[in-house]
Amino acid sequence: MSANPTPPSPASSSDAPLIRIRGLRTVLSGKTIFDGVDLDIPRGKITAIMGPSGTGKTTLMRHITGQRAPDAGEVLVDGRDIGRIGREELYALREKIGYLFQNSALLTDYSVFENVAFPLRQHLKLPEELVRNIVLTKLQAVGLRGAAELMPSELSGGMVRRVALARAIVRDPMLIIYDEPFVGLDPIALNQILRLIRTLNATLGITSILVAHELAAVRRVADQIHLIAAGKIAAHGTPDELARGETPWTRQFFSGESDGPVPFHYPAPDYAAQLGLAPAGGDAARLAPAPAVPARDESAAARPGEPRA
Amino acid sequence: MSAVRKRSLLLDGIGQIGACGLFGLQILAAIPRSLRYFRESVRQVWFVGAMSLTIIMTCGLFVGMVLGLQLYYVLSIFGGTAALGTVVSLSLYRELGPVVTALLFAGRAGTSMTAEIGLMRATDQIDAMEMMAVDPLAYVVAPRFIAGVIAMPILACVFNALGILGAHLVGVSWLGLDNGTFWSNMTSSVDVWKDVVNGVWKSVAFGAVVTLIATYQGYSTAPTSEGVAYATTRTVVFSSIVTLALDFVMTAFLM
Repeated sequence: MSANPTPPSPASSSDAPLIRIRGLRTVLSGKTIFDGVDLDIPRGKITAIMGPSGTGKTTLMRHITGQRAPDAGEVLVDGRDIGRIGREELYALREKIGYLFQNSALLTDYSVFENVAFPLRQHLKLPEELVRNIVLTKLQAVGLRGAAELMPSELSGGMVRRVALARAIVRDPMLIIYDEPFVGLDPIALNQILRLIRTLNATLGITSILVAHELAAVRRVADQIHLIAAGKIAAHGTPDELARGETPWTRQFFSGESDGPVPFHYPAPDYAAQLGLAPAGGDAARLAPAPAVPARDESAAARPGEPRA
Repeated sequence: MSAVRKRSLLLDGIGQIGACGLFGLQILAAIPRSLRYFRESVRQVWFVGAMSLTIIMTCGLFVGMVLGLQLYYVLSIFGGTAALGTVVSLSLYRELGPVVTALLFAGRAGTSMTAEIGLMRATDQIDAMEMMAVDPLAYVVAPRFIAGVIAMPILACVFNALGILGAHLVGVSWLGLDNGTFWSNMTSSVDVWKDVVNGVWKSVAFGAVVTLIATYQGYSTAPTSEGVAYATTRTVVFSSIVTLALDFVMTAFLM
């Protein structure tokens, strides 16, 4: 496990990381989300981005896909600075990216078949027979070939996610971003989706980014994990390395403890004072909001595996 | 209301107008790209035009009947009931047809556009299109804008036709005005270019403005159920105000 950024890969583009982020800084509504994040996503691997809720995992994906420009730093996707390229080039790049949205984002007026066929119809002039075959193949892969004619409103939450997954992979992109792909899946569907992610990666060499909280599932497919906390990459390494919990961040996150560097409670006034069980006026400090992220003690800051500056 | 609050509201309002204007420019720039989605534009013309026919025809008929009844009463005081056809048709062609159609259009089609686009925004469908390299301005917004500009003048003409029919029903069939007098006075005093075509131009302008407001409100809505509800309300309110204000301006220039 390493706490330092992956060293920039030299020379050949096939060896260079598909995504290279340097000095990323993001401020949303006055709150600093990322403060100097460095991150490399290698080609052909499955990289999981994990971290407590609200740490900006989805925001990071929005940077990678050019939906949001960084306040500082650069995000290079396949060698191009996605924050500075024009609309045409951005759309050309997005055609090579499959994105599974957190809430699936299916087009509600279109059937399951039409949703999956949508990217094909918009960008490729394919014969209808071929479109049909590709769509049915992808739906078969997610186990929903029989639901092709249903509308999204007729599907369960897990089925909607599987349709969204079929749509994300329908063009065999170079990069697939899965934002919370395991939410709402039953164990059977979860198992099949894990196999599908692994198969896509192994057979087509697709680079995958997985944003998820399900540790067991992530450990089964991910080649490496980046743990985001407090606006930085708190740790990164293989699933087994991180699971050993050698830093306070990984220890707390992987064991699910409420005590640790990541606060469970949102900043709030003193509990007892707010309930009227303790005098509020005499001790102003008790009513002061707690810091969003508790300051780390010096000893912890000196340990290896701490957030990169 | 404090002066600071008033100034803040004023600046917010000016900002909204500016943002809406910029959005209009973006739509115009997206129209050439939207031509590849021609079928979507046709579908929208059907949805905002043909599906609005019932309310437009019904309201047009009743507005014409009320006009016929009121004007017949007023004109009979001066012995001028023969001018009923002329007065009704000029009122409809020049003002009532375009304006009432725009108000009805805002209530029927404008709100539906805002709610549809707002819900697409709230459920990430707009972002999903962006991620699939499909320009939502060209695929979602521009076809609706084109449909509004095409449908509004046609709907206004239908409204006018039904309005005149309503006035004829009341004036001729019910109150006994001579049929020939009704039509001949109308045709001799109505100028096609000055009255009818100017009314059509007004409708085109109203169609552009109402559709711009409706799509802007939907596109920029807060992604919550309350946000969509507010946006829908704002579509009706702003469309009505802007339609009436623009009507005054255009009337002043087209007189």
